[in-house]
Amino acid sequence: MLNPDLVGRTVAGTTATKISQEAISAFARSLGEKNTESAPPTFGITISLEQSQSLLQASGLDWSRVVHGDQRFDIKRPIVAGDELRCDVTIESARIVAGNEIVTVRGDLMTDSELVVSTWSTLVFRA
Amino acid sequence: MSTFTAGQELAPKSFFINRAQLVDYAQASGDHNPIHQDEAVAISVGLPNVIAHGMYTMGLVGSYISELVGGSEKIKEFSARFTKPVVVPANTDVELIVSATVAEVSEAGVRLELSAVCDGVKVLGMAKALVAL
Repeated sequence: MLNPDLVGRTVAGTTATKISQEAISAFARSLGEKNTESAPPTFGITISLEQSQSLLQASGLDWSRVVHGDQRFDIKRPIVAGDELRCDVTIESARIVAGNEIVTVRGDLMTDSELVVSTWSTLVFRA
Repeated sequence: MSTFTAGQELAPKSFFINRAQLVDYAQASGDHNPIHQDEAVAISVGLPNVIAHGMYTMGLVGSYISELVGGSEKIKEFSARFTKPVVVPANTDVELIVSATVAEVSEAGVRLELSAVCDGVKVLGMAKALVAL
């Protein structure tokens, strides 16, 4: 079970990911999206989910039991090639329902000066 | 972008999902969870077969919106609940039918309610987007 003290805490991302045109194009192509000038709206998940995974695994949750419950994106501006984004992760809530642990994590994708995209993922760790 | 009015139903589009596309999406997204590629693993964790990444289905809906409004960069908010898995057997193109209704048009933009149906079953719940005008 997740340490309840972690809920509400933000862990700042320590490394920035430089977004390449190749990464945006491959992601867009895999979704049949023709616009590759900026990233598709769901692209932020490629950064935020990995960051959430590291944090939650380090907190003792078993990633092999995880199911994605829901997902939300708030896009201040589209991600473009050349962006260097770090991801600050906040565990917004954690509760147990019928033995399953349901955790909502927010990922804030930031440049040095700007919030670009926020992602909210609800992850269900099955009992 | 064409004019939208509240209550308007927008033309549906079919996407066809197969195993090769799930491999492409896994590579492009970095999500290599074997339940999206390996039948034995999927069945071992109680799934009927390989299932699509929820984010792949949501991503296809994103492409649908992008085409509808003339550019993915106009999408400001996008959310969905993964209510049912999209099961993808080997050597099969699984049809996903995506459609939308205009919920509201305001200064903030156009609010869309989206639907994604596979084999007669809604696979996304509460799927919504806000698109700038």
